[in-house]
Amino acid sequence: MYTTDLSGKDRKKPAPSAAEDPALLAAFEARVANDEFIEPKDWMPEAYRRTLVRQISQHAHSEIVGMLPEGNWITRAPSLRRKAILLAKVQDEGGHGLYLYSAAETLGASREEMIEALHSGKAKYSTIFNYPTLTWADIGAIGWLVDGAAIMNQVPLQRTSYGPYARAMVRVCKEESFHQRQGYELTMALCAGSKEQKRMAQDALNRWWWPSLMMFGPPDDKSPNTEQSIRWRIKRETNDELRQRFVDVTVPQAEAIGLAVPDPALKWNEDCGHYDFGKIDWEEFYAVVRGEGQVAKERMQARVTAWEDGAWVRNAATTYSVKRAAAKVAAE
Amino acid sequence: MQDWPLWEVFIRAKGGLSHRHAGSVHAADAKMALEHARDTYTRRMEGVSLWVIPSAQIISSDPADAGPLFEPAEDKIYRHPTFYSIPDHIKHI
Repeated sequence: MYTTDLSGKDRKKPAPSAAEDPALLAAFEARVANDEFIEPKDWMPEAYRRTLVRQISQHAHSEIVGMLPEGNWITRAPSLRRKAILLAKVQDEGGHGLYLYSAAETLGASREEMIEALHSGKAKYSTIFNYPTLTWADIGAIGWLVDGAAIMNQVPLQRTSYGPYARAMVRVCKEESFHQRQGYELTMALCAGSKEQKRMAQDALNRWWWPSLMMFGPPDDKSPNTEQSIRWRIKRETNDELRQRFVDVTVPQAEAIGLAVPDPALKWNEDCGHYDFGKIDWEEFYAVVRGEGQVAKERMQARVTAWEDGAWVRNAATTYSVKRAAAKVAAE
Repeated sequence: MQDWPLWEVFIRAKGGLSHRHAGSVHAADAKMALEHARDTYTRRMEGVSLWVIPSAQIISSDPADAGPLFEPAEDKIYRHPTFYSIPDHIKHI
């Protein structure tokens, strides 16, 4: 899964602080412009570090929260095959969150702080997870569309300028491809089934199409961080470029299984070789960013409950390790 | 609660290859670190052996010293076989 940069507060352009050595800054800019990777102990501007911590931790949170809408369906999967697949996928999402938290930690953020920021509502995660998963067909739509959009975003991030982030993305992309394929296969199976099943698949596409397009983040002219992030090679492509690519590849996939994309303005544009598509309801997007998503409260509630219910296990493990270490010292 | 210590994870992909850094995990002790490494980094037959090492135990060179440490090798091209020109008719060398 993926999150775009959703920061609302510090949208001011990060300016190099006066304390930063211009020679170091110039050397850094030159390295990045030359497509070199920056590694954890290398010198980097504070704004670069801050932007990365925010982006990587938001990305990690999205993976973790992303387990919730699907976890809901594990016990309701219609066959053992589908259940095993969904379990493996949800476990992958947890793993992706862990790779990303680790990458953010190399920049000096602590795991504890990041988790606290998520639970207190201070940190953002992808808006897509604040929509409900109403039917089994939604599991197909999530894999096909949501993971499909995530892949579109993450493939260029494999060449992002920060080494640990890029390496985490390589691993994530390798694993994510099965997520999208299983979702499409599930949707395909529904479309080849009864009338009711096909209607269910269409209904899921109707509800997930627009939120999936919003996953790429605000339009370029409303995304003030994009320019700096592209210059620093944190982002490699703009929100609108990625969104267009997603539409171009996904529309034929829908048509191939007899589903209609819920956009009356959607039309192939011969001149530019892309699909034209309708206006996105950005008011809805910003409302979800503000925490007004349909199931935003339930998601955080489920997450915090899981964390709190697991506290005794973490405490027991800590106590056990301290005791064992003490016994070892005593024996020596 | 304080974070558990950080451990670096190394995986041997198959016999004959050396262990390679894969990432890191938090764990209360070594046994748990191995279990977390297994769950986090080897879900798809990525390896046949795991190492975990407390991150705090790793001593690394400072990137600022990269010049003095690694540059001297650049002017010693005579360490490479291509530095020596040998006529074409001399074989097996």
